[in-house]
Amino acid sequence: MSSNNPLDLYRKMHDEAQARIKSKEDKPQVLIGTATCGVAAGALQVRDDFVREIEEKGLDAEVVEVGCIGHCYAEPLAIIAKPGFPPVCYGYLDEGLVHRLVEDFLGGDDPSYEYALAALERNDVFPTFEDFPRGIYEEKLILENCGFIDARDIDSYISREGYSALATALTQEPQAVLEEVKAANLRGRGGAGFPAGLKWEAAIKSGGNEKYVICNADEGDPGAFMDRSILESDPHLVIEGMILCAYAIGSQMGYLYIRAEYPRAVRHVQDAIDQARERGLLGSSILGTEFDFDLEIFQGSGAFVCGEATALISSMEGRMGMPQSRPPRLASRGFRGMPTVLNNVKTFAYVPLIIHHGAEWFKSIGTEESPGTAVFSLVGKVANTGLVEVPMGTSLRQLIYDVGGGLPGNRDFKAVQIGGPSGGCLPESALDVPIDFDSLHQAGAIMGSGGLVVMDQDDCMVAVSRYFLEFTQHESCGKCTFCRIGTKHMLDTLVDITQGKGDTETLGLLEELAEDVRDGSLCNLGRTAPNPILTTLRYFKDEYKAHIEEGRCPALVCRDLILYYIEPPKCSKLCNVCVGSCPTEAIFTREDGLKEIDQEKCVKCDNCRKACPTEYNAVVKLSPPVLPPQKEKAVK
Amino acid sequence: MQLLEGEKELILACVDEVLSNNSKNRENLIPILQKVQVRLGYLPPLAMEKIAEGIKVPPADVYGLATFYNQFRLNPPGKHQVKVCLGTACYMAGGDITLESFERRMKIKESETSPDRLYSLERVACVGCCTMAPVVVVDEEVEGKVTPTRVDGIMLALNEENDKSNLEQEPEQGRMDSDELK
Ligand SMILES: Cc1cc2nc3c(=O)[nH]c(=O)nc-3n(C[C@H](O)[C@H](O)[C@H](O)COP(=O)(O)O)c2cc1C
Ligand code: FES
Repeated sequence: MSSNNPLDLYRKMHDEAQARIKSKEDKPQVLIGTATCGVAAGALQVRDDFVREIEEKGLDAEVVEVGCIGHCYAEPLAIIAKPGFPPVCYGYLDEGLVHRLVEDFLGGDDPSYEYALAALERNDVFPTFEDFPRGIYEEKLILENCGFIDARDIDSYISREGYSALATALTQEPQAVLEEVKAANLRGRGGAGFPAGLKWEAAIKSGGNEKYVICNADEGDPGAFMDRSILESDPHLVIEGMILCAYAIGSQMGYLYIRAEYPRAVRHVQDAIDQARERGLLGSSILGTEFDFDLEIFQGSGAFVCGEATALISSMEGRMGMPQSRPPRLASRGFRGMPTVLNNVKTFAYVPLIIHHGAEWFKSIGTEESPGTAVFSLVGKVANTGLVEVPMGTSLRQLIYDVGGGLPGNRDFKAVQIGGPSGGCLPESALDVPIDFDSLHQAGAIMGSGGLVVMDQDDCMVAVSRYFLEFTQHESCGKCTFCRIGTKHMLDTLVDITQGKGDTETLGLLEELAEDVRDGSLCNLGRTAPNPILTTLRYFKDEYKAHIEEGRCPALVCRDLILYYIEPPKCSKLCNVCVGSCPTEAIFTREDGLKEIDQEKCVKCDNCRKACPTEYNAVVKLSPPVLPPQKEKAVK
Repeated sequence: MQLLEGEKELILACVDEVLSNNSKNRENLIPILQKVQVRLGYLPPLAMEKIAEGIKVPPADVYGLATFYNQFRLNPPGKHQVKVCLGTACYMAGGDITLESFERRMKIKESETSPDRLYSLERVACVGCCTMAPVVVVDEEVEGKVTPTRVDGIMLALNEENDKSNLEQEPEQGRMDSDELK
């Protein structure tokens, strides 16, 4: 009888996995971050370089591909784990550095600390990531394995106690899983922060035998990639979370809705599903019990609105992804008309941890109302871009300055955009707002998808609003009038403003329209689309006014309101760099040897300004676009 | 866009194959469209008609889906595909200027294919390497910090490649495109 106990089965599986993984660790390992971010920076080349160098030197070391290590600013990244040394992480790798590391560290005994970012275990020689300000504020729960395990080897996950939460849960009643998730007050990470436990409970109460579990990995925010990174780097964590949910609500079938634009995530998840099935962790009689559950991938076809719950279901049913009005809630009528639980990737990822460590542990992290952590993809004008995970309640200031390392080159902070197209821009004065669902909402932004973009004085708030409106306008499914027509009008108005058009009434009308769209739209796409406008109007109205009243773009961004000008006193007549840099041949040499820009031909691409050597810095942007009076004519 | 010689037969065979390997119900419509696109590179009108027939839905429904979802392309992909990232970080770093530079050099607009089918140009959202903004994906290779000068460099390299493969196949057409750049 005892061999049928899921815990016994699991222990056996775990011990075998651990033995296999440990035996690999006896020899040096090179872990290379080959999530999409790494690949883009050339990680596959680095992998090949390592393999070749190791082979050439006849060394016994293994090269393993892992997911996103989180320090995307320093890609390509690798961790070298050699017995007798702390594991060390290296960044900015290239062929030369690889050669050196293989020769000196793998071949010899010199870890070349001068090239290392940090060590990963405490030691007496070299600091770890925890010793940096970033490490002090960061707390990795769902990103813990990312970048350290081989996503395509289930043993890598199992050896780190993966699937033990499932084994434990299977020895208890389904109700126990639900109670734990409810007690943990796990709030949905897909944006709105609705308590997952309540959603699950509603699906249970709906009754019936056919229920579905769906993971929302549509990730529509055009500047965010956390969900993809988690699926690429640690797919089993999400799968285990989904199985636990299925057990709690009594579902036999689940789907992961992943964008087709994320081919790597799709591949990794498919491999993970196949391996889990082979081990009896998916399919029928999971871990020897009577519980059956299986998973399939549905590839989303790239429409932002399909991230919305009801639109996602429509698209899975082979229709256009248009939102339906609710109720009925998905928990009572979802996929194929059956009770359905839909949660975000991160929401599911927390579940195994909560079951493993208990609700009390989860609640000890973060804030009372928003327990746990928040995951952001931190980008824009910030030194350390990448994926970060901090406890809820961390302030934006800590996130940007301590975790993100502040703005590069000591530039001045201007705003931070949170939550992508549905979120808002917050100014300096809001930097002490704690990061949690409710505080951000009060400040006018939303937790949203987790995209976080830092902006400085060179970023124009009107242009940023226009960018997001262009996006939402394009992605509006067209079903309801407020959203379809409203976003179009708002966008037109913003385009006008960036061209310096408009009058004293424009801003008032824009604000009114934004409020109407917010209140009148059918789904949250339309209801949140005005957020970028409303927040920038609230915090940066002067910038809008400068565009309209003075025809001036203070950040020198809006191309209709600037022109490029070569300042004669600064121009060195001997240098020709700007002429060569111009893609439209707009720059010419005058008779007196100075360079000048033909404004008719200029496309304002900024190339000449970048090209002009810093000792001259002769190319400037002027706004409003008026040329200074030409003194040299008078000289003639 | 004009069908090439033999393309019609190819399309029909492909649709037949995909339809016979999938159950023909509405829930499978999007996966079927995806599979056809993987094989053909795009969804020609003929393929959409045949799929509509096969699944017994009005052709308008299939067109509707194909135009609703960004993933589906209605134009054949060029021999070289350039995707310009206009995700938030790339846009702020001047991705729109990069896109315009490509439009100027290729003489096509975004989401179009050049008549000789050598180039196609698309915009995409965050490729996941925002640190390298503005980012461009040229035939699956990611290029970072792409300024208009770099655009010219990329186009030169692509043109050279075309010239080379043309020389191997049809020597007389060799220098057709690279002259435009000069
Ligand atoms: C326009 C729009 C786009 C959305 N995109 C996503 C998305 O990409 N990923 C996601 O998890 N939720 C997205 N949501 C939220 C979902 O509707 C839903 O609330 C969420 O997936 C539920 O999961 P949670 O409770 O775990 O947060 C979107 C909502 C709207 C209105
Ligand atoms: S926005 Fe272009 S790579 Fe992220």
